[in-house]
Amino acid sequence: MNMSNPMIESTEIPEINYESVKRKQRIRTFAKGMLFLLPSLLLFGVFLFYPLFKTLYLSFFLTNARGETTVFVGLQNYLGMFASPIFHQSMKSTFLFVLYTVPTTIIIALFLAVLANEKLKGIGFFRTIFTSTMGISVAAASVFWLYLFHPSIGFINGILEMIGMESIGWLTDPKWALIAVAVTTIWMNLGFTFLVLLGGLQSIDSYLYESADIDGASYFYKLRRITIPMLSPTLFFVITVTIINAFQTFGQIDILTQGGPQNTTNLIVYSIYREAFTNYQFGTASAQAIVLFVIILIMTIIQFKLGERKVHYQ
Amino acid sequence: MTMPISKKILFYFLLSISALVVFAPALLAFVMSFMDNKDIMTGSLPQSLSFDNYIKAFEQFPLLKYLLNSFIVAIAITIGQLILSSLAAYAFVFLEFKGRDLLFFLFIATMMVPFEASIIPNFHIIRDLGWIDQYPGLTVPFFATAFGTFLLRQNFKQIPKELREASQIAGMGDFKFYLKVVLPVAKTSLVTLGAYGFLTSWNMYLWPLLSTTNDTVRTVQIGLKQLQTQEQLNDWGVIMSGAIIVIIPTMILLFLGQKQLQKGLTEGAIK
Repeated sequence: MNMSNPMIESTEIPEINYESVKRKQRIRTFAKGMLFLLPSLLLFGVFLFYPLFKTLYLSFFLTNARGETTVFVGLQNYLGMFASPIFHQSMKSTFLFVLYTVPTTIIIALFLAVLANEKLKGIGFFRTIFTSTMGISVAAASVFWLYLFHPSIGFINGILEMIGMESIGWLTDPKWALIAVAVTTIWMNLGFTFLVLLGGLQSIDSYLYESADIDGASYFYKLRRITIPMLSPTLFFVITVTIINAFQTFGQIDILTQGGPQNTTNLIVYSIYREAFTNYQFGTASAQAIVLFVIILIMTIIQFKLGERKVHYQ
Repeated sequence: MTMPISKKILFYFLLSISALVVFAPALLAFVMSFMDNKDIMTGSLPQSLSFDNYIKAFEQFPLLKYLLNSFIVAIAITIGQLILSSLAAYAFVFLEFKGRDLLFFLFIATMMVPFEASIIPNFHIIRDLGWIDQYPGLTVPFFATAFGTFLLRQNFKQIPKELREASQIAGMGDFKFYLKVVLPVAKTSLVTLGAYGFLTSWNMYLWPLLSTTNDTVRTVQIGLKQLQTQEQLNDWGVIMSGAIIVIIPTMILLFLGQKQLQKGLTEGAIK
């Protein structure tokens, strides 16, 4: 054995090993990463991504009652849907519903959060009360309001009669039904919205208020100049979540009005449900589901894009 | 911060009025659940209070069975979500591998797909798996959650990377590190996510309505709907007692975990 060989080997081999070890390591960490992510990815694939594409696929077909495709109809389901007065009514009601619920929920919840953010004795009790509707399910809340809106024995008509006004068919009058469902929804969402906004308020640095106090700023000045701007990321989040939730409304409708009277409360998810699972028109129902998906998609993208730029972050 | 007494009184006044208005629907239902049906129908103040409505509700409806089903479903979903999202969050924080950012984007993308938009094929999948009226059909589709993953990821990020390096030198593998170090450190976040998961799955409505056709796995929310539609006599006392029973577990959870939830929701949501 000569002396130079081992010398050469010892300088070359480690380098080659280093590369291959690195590659092996990379494959190993990749495999490990996938292993940790696999359960989530698998379930997202089966119950979210695949169904989404299947919905798109179904929307180009007619189906039988079992949901198997029968005839390819191209865009016919979409064309039929956009020409249908029932779908127009459904879209109109859905957007009206968003308009009724979102600003009101946020204004009331913000009012409650500002009140409950004061350092007063017993404030914890009030916070608990304001949060409480978060623990009340859609079914229970709807049953509560079904009674409150009851035409003859209901609490609200009782008050109306007491002050000498005529009672209202809250859930049977096409003029009022959507408003009644909106009121129920606002009440239901109050707890969650309040809790998030209160969290946002509490994370504002108290130093800002102290220095404003030194300058002798008024309560409303502080509210307008410190609280609202500092709260804007939270507000923005809450607005998007409330809008998305409003588009997904189902339970209240199912218990309070079943989409009636005259389809005035036939919001989009209820419309999809009825088309698919009572009329067994899975093709047209899928076309509606795609519309819902596109709306939510746009909302989420707006949240991501605008949320970063237009909102004041700390 | 001291407040002048007049301002204090104003605040307490506003707080009390608001609390009364917000709590009135639940309070009325609570009182009605103890009232005689005659008193409810005539709108008079309760002449007598009793547990009769509750006894009736339990006797006429398999409420106990529904409650048990709801507990099984909600606990299964909670545990499933905790396991899956903590595993995923671990990968996103501690493992560096090619394609991680792409997968992270995929997780974000799931938030753009409302479950309602994919409910038709989902129903067919469950049916073809034979999972209608089965616990897996009610629970498995909800195990994976992007929200939970983000919430825990936020928390895991606060664990110093040096800790992982030190454990690597000590020869600790990733799974052991996840189990022995990360999970115990992130206990409060896990509790928050658990409470939130339980709350939302206990309150689920549309999916249990579709995926149950009989009493075997039917949850209490759908049971309440049945109670409400089948009470032909409009026995509001019984209906309200059913609704009160439905909200008791979540109300207790909310009262206990309010502070936790508030912190967790704002953290997971904003950052």
